[in-house]
Amino acid sequence: MEVISFVALAAGLIIGLGAIGACIGIGIMGSKYLESAARQPELMNELQTKMFLLAGLIDAAFIIGTGIALWFATANPFLAQIANLPK
Amino acid sequence: MAAEGTANAPTAGEYIVHHLHHLQTGKQTAVVDFSVLNLDSLFWSIALGVLGCWALWSVARKATSGVPGRFQAAVEMLVELVDGQARGIVHNANSRKLVAPLALTVFVWIFLMNAMDLLPVDLLPVVAGWLGIHYQRVVPTADLSITMALSLGVLITCLVYNVKIKGAGGWVHELFAAPFGDKWFLYPVNFLMQIIEFIAKTVSHGMRLFGNMYAGELIFMLIALMGGAFALTGTGIALFLGHIFAGTVWAIFHILIITLQAFVFMMLTLVYVGQAHDSH
Repeated sequence: MEVISFVALAAGLIIGLGAIGACIGIGIMGSKYLESAARQPELMNELQTKMFLLAGLIDAAFIIGTGIALWFATANPFLAQIANLPK
Repeated sequence: MAAEGTANAPTAGEYIVHHLHHLQTGKQTAVVDFSVLNLDSLFWSIALGVLGCWALWSVARKATSGVPGRFQAAVEMLVELVDGQARGIVHNANSRKLVAPLALTVFVWIFLMNAMDLLPVDLLPVVAGWLGIHYQRVVPTADLSITMALSLGVLITCLVYNVKIKGAGGWVHELFAAPFGDKWFLYPVNFLMQIIEFIAKTVSHGMRLFGNMYAGELIFMLIALMGGAFALTGTGIALFLGHIFAGTVWAIFHILIITLQAFVFMMLTLVYVGQAHDSH
């Protein structure tokens, strides 16, 4: 029981903290992109490509974390380890 | 779910574990085991690679200088996009003859492999089940072996270009003298830094694609489980509606992710090969 509740907490923390980081990162990058596009509209296309590239890089860690957390939440690997422990 | 769900209903954990099992030639015991082949990943990646190359080839064969058809226009836009990126990153017209088509192939191939994620999670495994194949994972990029093989291919390309552009002696000199300077007491530190850089680039390149696709596949499975729970209990229409809603939202978001990850992989390939052309 203890393991289940700890894993639920951990999954929440993994998704939540990852989301905070990724959203702040994307937000800062998006605002900078809009600022620079307003300053130099002729660079918009070039900057857009780079922004999407960086969005892919920033998003990666968060989505990987979400996947791992959801894996823990549904197919909990620690329960199998406990079942295999010698009594 | 439908195939084995009626006979003996698997729990959520069993369903996920079953779906995350590769069709393998043997039992994998260690984390790294080169004697085991993941046949499903190999089959789908090769089939999609052939499909992508065939589609591009058939457009190139029938290309007209007149009014292009829709497909030809789409391929032309893609080629121009990749060519523009390659021009901006790799400043060597001779290397670009190989690197730009390489980047285009990588992009198309990874995009097709990622797009397998958008098929319903149970469609192809159930069809394979009818043919007597009990394990099937249809997204090759959600297999670490495939993504690490891709990033190792990029690493080998980088090493080849390092030697080709700088010469074997020049490259060895750079390995020992590059980040901090050409002093004998800095050689071990420089060499260590270079090796760490190569390893970190390769591992993160492969892991990023794998992680995104694996997580996406897992979330699709969880959404499928939501619909499965509805079918098994027969109560809770909310679960069924939630299944449809969540599946739609995630599939639309995933269209962005699969394109973005294929693009990121292509751009990083170009950046790494471009770095091999910079001499210090």
